Amino acid sequence: MAQETEKVIQDIDEVTIRFAGDSGDGMQLTGSQFTDTTAVVGNDLSTLPDFPAEIRAPAGSLSGVSGFQLHFSNSDIQTPGDSPDVLVAMNPAALKVNLRDLKDNATIIVNTNSFELKNLKLAKFDSNPLEDGSLSKYNLIPVPLTQLTMSALEDLPLSMKEKEKCKNFFALGIMYWMYNRPIEVTLKWLEGKFKKKPEIMEANKRVLQAGYNYGDTTEIFTTRYDVKPAKLPKGVYRNVSGNEAAALGFITASLKSGLPLFLGSYPITPASEILQELSKYKDYGVTTFQAEDEISGICSAIGAAFAGSIGLTSTSGPGLSLKTEALGLAVMTELPLVVIDVQRGGPSTGLPTKTEQADLLQAMFGRHGEAPLAVICASSPADCFFMAIEAVRIALKFMTPVILLSDGYLAFGSEPLKIPKLEELPEINIKFRTGVEGFYPYLRDENLVRPWAIPGTPGLEHRIGGLEKKDIYGSISYEPENHEIMIDKRRKKIDNIKNIIPELVVEGEQEGELLVLSWGSTYGSIKEAMRNVKAKGYKASHAHLRYINPFPKNLAEVLGKFKKVLLPELNTGQMAFLIKSQFMVDVIQLNKYQGQPFKISEIENKIIEVLGGNNGK
Amino acid sequence: MENKIDEVVADVKYTAKDFSSGLEVKWCPGCGDYSILAQVQRQSPDFGEKKENIVWISGIGCSSRFPYYMNSYGFHTIHGRAAAIATGVKLANQKLQVWVATGDGDMLSIGGNHFIHACRKNVNLKIVMFNNRIYGLTKGQYSPTSEKGKITKSSPYGTVDWPFNAIKVATGSGATFVARTLDRDPKHLQDMISRAAKHNGLAFIEVYQNCPIFNDGAFFPLTEKETKPDNVVYLEHGKPLVFGVNKEKGIMLDGLNPVIIDLNDGKHSINDCFVHDEFDENPTRVFLLARFTDLPGFPTPIGVFRQFNKATYDGDYALQIANVKAQKGIGTYEKLMYSSNTWEVN
Repeated sequence: MAQETEKVIQDIDEVTIRFAGDSGDGMQLTGSQFTDTTAVVGNDLSTLPDFPAEIRAPAGSLSGVSGFQLHFSNSDIQTPGDSPDVLVAMNPAALKVNLRDLKDNATIIVNTNSFELKNLKLAKFDSNPLEDGSLSKYNLIPVPLTQLTMSALEDLPLSMKEKEKCKNFFALGIMYWMYNRPIEVTLKWLEGKFKKKPEIMEANKRVLQAGYNYGDTTEIFTTRYDVKPAKLPKGVYRNVSGNEAAALGFITASLKSGLPLFLGSYPITPASEILQELSKYKDYGVTTFQAEDEISGICSAIGAAFAGSIGLTSTSGPGLSLKTEALGLAVMTELPLVVIDVQRGGPSTGLPTKTEQADLLQAMFGRHGEAPLAVICASSPADCFFMAIEAVRIALKFMTPVILLSDGYLAFGSEPLKIPKLEELPEINIKFRTGVEGFYPYLRDENLVRPWAIPGTPGLEHRIGGLEKKDIYGSISYEPENHEIMIDKRRKKIDNIKNIIPELVVEGEQEGELLVLSWGSTYGSIKEAMRNVKAKGYKASHAHLRYINPFPKNLAEVLGKFKKVLLPELNTGQMAFLIKSQFMVDVIQLNKYQGQPFKISEIENKIIEVLGGNNGK
Repeated sequence: MENKIDEVVADVKYTAKDFSSGLEVKWCPGCGDYSILAQVQRQSPDFGEKKENIVWISGIGCSSRFPYYMNSYGFHTIHGRAAAIATGVKLANQKLQVWVATGDGDMLSIGGNHFIHACRKNVNLKIVMFNNRIYGLTKGQYSPTSEKGKITKSSPYGTVDWPFNAIKVATGSGATFVARTLDRDPKHLQDMISRAAKHNGLAFIEVYQNCPIFNDGAFFPLTEKETKPDNVVYLEHGKPLVFGVNKEKGIMLDGLNPVIIDLNDGKHSINDCFVHDEFDENPTRVFLLARFTDLPGFPTPIGVFRQFNKATYDGDYALQIANVKAQKGIGTYEKLMYSSNTWEVN
């Protein structure tokens, strides 16, 4: 083939790559392999998978395109990037769907073998874009990926189909070469993955190496890029997705508290990975009960909490709806319980694989009767780790259900987590009630928290249930005044949580023209947007909420220090509703509900628009 | 060692009274639930469990007030969910003996899904289902066990539903101990409770229970002295199925169909009768017996339909945890967090 050519290595600060293909092309796997390698190289990174709800949509169709975006850098970054610099498109449909997101001078690597009439038609191309000049503003690199893969595997005793399936690793090999990454991490992964299928392992290894060599020897690739390790704070890191981080957080909370973790759960996108992850950790004494339905998921967790475990249930919107009645029971019986709701586009089945922040008001109010509970949220994939621990800490300390809001963007996205030392994490000291003297099931402490007396404790036999309780004694009571007392106490108990959570931190000026107030997964885009507007000379501050019910103590004070409050969120204004009604503050809303996260530019433009001509002064 | 001996010596011998919470019982006068409560309290001292290790869990309905009257740990939960909550309790602490008090509506209608899956998994729970064939607490609507054509407040022209046969549902779902008893047969009820307590696996007891307000006398043909002998056949392991005032009638199998035979007709003898085998794992026998209630003239079988041992869900789960711990060692934070690809920034 080509001659050995001298290739230039160019240093760049950051790059955003998107792998796209059919949902059966292994794009998620290709992306996650590139991610793992990039993590080990030491870049800061952030990823965003984007895939259809159908497991295998019709091959070659526009609806079946699956994508994986990865942004990596030599400095601290917060998002998977607005627009890719590089697109790897395995077929015409993948090209068509992703073209509109690319930067103007982006590089496109296409599998030319898939650009035949049938696929072009499926992708609704009138002519072949590789030939009609429509891609002239891009740096187009045509590679016959399928053909090259087949030739690399010519002598292996595998079926054509098995060989063809390796082509994603050819693309991965090219990308490893292009961005100067080692292939060893993936080779090692292949050895583990296909231990029992040595010929498949060999095929993938060979194709990966062939892709790498292809970059090295072919003239069409003139430049390699190098993204140096990021200067992150000192420490040991690992890459985590939000769901994985949450699972690790819950186990850590179990280790911290010395109480066993019990998960009752029913599989649901995008929360299932929490169930799958936790089911691996039997050596930590974790019980994962895959229940017959969502209701049994939460009910078994309530039962486990009654018996002295950390009761946990994982779900997404439709499941949260089903769990509603049981949540009321947990409020009434004042048992510790954690619900992690990985939000997705709704209502109803909605957009199962897409992200949204539209369960907020359901988490706050979605129960019959006066049924307050704690609501907190995670702001990044790695933050899911910390907020999972917080959820358990609050639930156990206050004998209350806690809803932890995550979403599809955090669940599937990934970023490096700086592994904290165990002793740096908050203590969770919980003591079961054992003393018989003066025991009453609803006799509260100074925080209005009732004792946790678990079955098996001699002398404390008692009954709890969903009927209204008599204050202190816990027996059934229908007395009018008692009901009012109990409603007030349950509400005040939740309010008291504000005494153990951190105050809201304002980044930037502590007072002024504009505060950007945010919550949940929008953190990354907003943080980068703030950086950009600051660089352009605008003045604005940012505060990000991780605790929603109760809000941090100082929220009212913070809101009072700014003339304008801008609140971007991925719904029609649910947090804005809460802020307006609780604090009587006028809020400028920025809402998006397309199943996609905010782009940095969308936030940036809105901030500049709100600041108008006076630049925050 | 000495301490241990002391403990055993110090073991309190309970009486029925020890299991009464002292709370005023608020079922209607004449309700069959009183008898069930009395028999359970009477048998509880013989469970061989410390009081603090017994948990009663219920759903919603008249029957589900049961835990409030028991001086054990108790949880009155929400409609239909008792089996799911009980499963969580049992999984979280295997030492507990977990009982479920429930009704025909609570367990077979709104709680049907949890019930069949608890049976399927053979979770070590003891479920006592009070079947009065009516919704009592909501004042008289038909239930999933109401007979077809029943006139109730919500079926003024008679129901058009076919009822569930709880024995068939439990057996078909995989329960490993299935029994039926009567509120008005205290001795038999006590016996069933005791046997369920000893069973390792999911035990299901259906108690035919009279609701004097909304379905009074529903089971009187089975419970009253004059009619009982002809309408009830007691299932006893290894014994032929005979009934009638003088045990003059028997049940014989004709192929897969049961037929009633006259033991005094000179043509049949006790040797022709179907012999009960409660340890048979083959559910066919149970379905055959359970069908009697659908056949005119046939007596209703009372007693243990089946019981056998099979690995329990909670037992196998504990075993799996123990095995993984033995294999991998007990988990630590370091192992947890550094197990994946990590890198260091200096």
